[in-house]
Amino acid sequence: MAKTDFGPPDFRELIPPVIKENYGKWKYHEVPQQGVLRHVSESGAVLHSVRMASPRLVSGDFIREISDIAEKYCDGYLRFTTRNNVEFLVSDANNVDPLLDELDDKGYLVGGIGNVISNIVHTQGWIHCKSAVTDASGITKSIMDDVKDYFTGKIALPARCRIAVACCINMCGACHCSDIAVVGIHRTPPRIDDELASKICEIPNTVASCPTGAIKPNPRTKSVTVNQEKCMMCANCTVVCPAMKIMNPAKDGVSIWVGGKVSNARTAPMFSKLAIPFLPNNAPRWPEVTDAVKHLIEVWAVNAKKGERMGEWIGRIGWERFFTLTDLPFTNQHIDDFTTAKTTFRSTTQFKF
Amino acid sequence: MEDKKTPLLDELEKGDWPSFVTEIKKAAATKKNAKDLLNQLEKSYGENLGHWKHGGIVGVKGYGGGVVGRYSDSPEEFPDVAEFHTVRVNQVAGFFYTADKLRQLADVWDKYGSGLYNMHGSTGDIILLGTTTENLQPCVDELADIGFDLGGSGGAMRTLSSCVGKARCEKACIDATDIIRDLTLHYQNEIHRPAFGYKFKIKVAGCANDCCASTARSDLAIVGTWRDTLRIDNKAIREEYVEKGFNIVDRVIVKCPSKCLSWDAEKGVLNIIPEDCVRCMHCINEMPKALRVGTEEGATLMVGGKVAIVKGAMIGWVLVPFMKMEAPYTEFKDLLDKIIDWWAEHGKNRERISELIERMGLVTFLKAVDLKPLPQMVREPRSNPYIYWSPEEVENNG
Repeated sequence: MAKTDFGPPDFRELIPPVIKENYGKWKYHEVPQQGVLRHVSESGAVLHSVRMASPRLVSGDFIREISDIAEKYCDGYLRFTTRNNVEFLVSDANNVDPLLDELDDKGYLVGGIGNVISNIVHTQGWIHCKSAVTDASGITKSIMDDVKDYFTGKIALPARCRIAVACCINMCGACHCSDIAVVGIHRTPPRIDDELASKICEIPNTVASCPTGAIKPNPRTKSVTVNQEKCMMCANCTVVCPAMKIMNPAKDGVSIWVGGKVSNARTAPMFSKLAIPFLPNNAPRWPEVTDAVKHLIEVWAVNAKKGERMGEWIGRIGWERFFTLTDLPFTNQHIDDFTTAKTTFRSTTQFKF
Repeated sequence: MEDKKTPLLDELEKGDWPSFVTEIKKAAATKKNAKDLLNQLEKSYGENLGHWKHGGIVGVKGYGGGVVGRYSDSPEEFPDVAEFHTVRVNQVAGFFYTADKLRQLADVWDKYGSGLYNMHGSTGDIILLGTTTENLQPCVDELADIGFDLGGSGGAMRTLSSCVGKARCEKACIDATDIIRDLTLHYQNEIHRPAFGYKFKIKVAGCANDCCASTARSDLAIVGTWRDTLRIDNKAIREEYVEKGFNIVDRVIVKCPSKCLSWDAEKGVLNIIPEDCVRCMHCINEMPKALRVGTEEGATLMVGGKVAIVKGAMIGWVLVPFMKMEAPYTEFKDLLDKIIDWWAEHGKNRERISELIERMGLVTFLKAVDLKPLPQMVREPRSNPYIYWSPEEVENNG
């Protein structure tokens, strides 16, 4: 019988001695230059962490290359961040500059700390997901190529800006609470393969999967019907019943949401809200999406006060001003009509023209 | 095999950001399945359509999850990704690795899979992208030999993850990496053998900056906090910040959400009304050399975070304002067991804990898990007059 249930390797065996010795004793950290963290312990010990961009989807060659680099400059110790960057954990301060030089020579980008655009958190996309409307990796690469100077700190920003990309509204990332969220969407209801549904789908589960109650059993076909006016194209039914076909390459697309955050610093965590309901799914470089993201960053960067994240800036100026400043149209899609709708209606005469 | 062209994907090798297409091509130099992945992806780019089939159950001995079946919908065209299953490998807490450990992992995955990885997946696992049904068992066996175990999938407790915590962060109020290590080992059965109606995620953030998005992304978030007063080093404020031109009023005082801070410029002293502080972390983030978290450390537990499917997205809300988090975390485990028992008993298929609480009522949930209602749990008390009184409450209140 194979060995099971032993859990992951113990992190205590994989941390450098300086972390072992100063675990829980770190006093403060500073950022001597973009991409480098300098943590100082109560004992006076110092650890440098050098943060490098990663494409997240990596090859064995990449794994071996960062391993070799880690061995050369930091006794083999490295980690990944929650936004998929690589961090080399350098105990010997003399190795920081040579490491930075080697990363630069090899074309790796260093940055992602503090008031910058860090790596994009994103989902699997066409690479490995059955429900992907778009390719998250491709959009991520296209956006980051355009905004890399914000990652490296070459261009300053008022605050951090966290971007996420999800290839459908399942949003397998922290997409719904990001400064800028790019989300693949459907705009047409599912088409039903009645014969297939009658054979392989559990009808009660399919009916129950619909958040708006648009799906009803159809005893005649032993399948279901979809009320076209109630359906909001969430695709949840397609997850439980493969006979519901929602993919529509000509009509599916990408939406953009803004102003979310997960941190409690200053203001409470916030959802991202709809800014642009539809942009075309224009592979391989999604120019409409990258232009829109750049535009949102630029308008925010010019207008926000220092320290104001996207959502905090919009909170101060108001959404009506946001739509004016960004010159984005306000459409039917921007008004919520789900169960959460009435929490969004403006019950005050306080607004701006 | 015919060497197909990939002009659309080649466009994504341009530009300075590291390219996933280049990574797939590196793997494709020796791996036929990576090559066919590239070919199938090129087709998706041309058609705006994914080519993975719906579902398909695969498994390995002793586990009910951890591997996810993935089949091409065009196996004749892309035979080498006809079966291209995912292996979810439980990551090391804090995402710490050594070169040797990563090379061991790469050796096994080179032998059995595509040689492609997500470092890391959204929940926290190392995602090994693509292998055949036949290779799953030997791959998982050899991963076990080098000390790597599977993560969670399906209606299970999902792989736990955390920020870097006390290992390398001065702001961590709880030992995030130790907590997920301990809980992961304690809940191996719940992680590896899906027995729930849907997924259940737990994330641990060392402080309210929440670098692992725990409150937004997990059904139960453990967020470090403190109960006494943040530590202030006025000398450091003056010397490291104010005297170097840092505008403490603009950058810190006016941004304090509860207005508990004031700056006495004459004396060079930062004053705080401790009972008004809501521990948002902003002032500490701005002046890390001068301000530190308090010393009476613990966690706030937030319940219910999730994205939209099915009944709408939720950001987790306060369930326990303060809990000491000391190994072996018995108080936490007792509460978690009660939460899961109630959810297992009452939850419908594919109903997350927050949706169940919404359906049955927060008070019903609090009673079930033996917690008293507290004002910290809500933004404000109800304004609607549809109040439910249980007969016992009427009796008890006269």
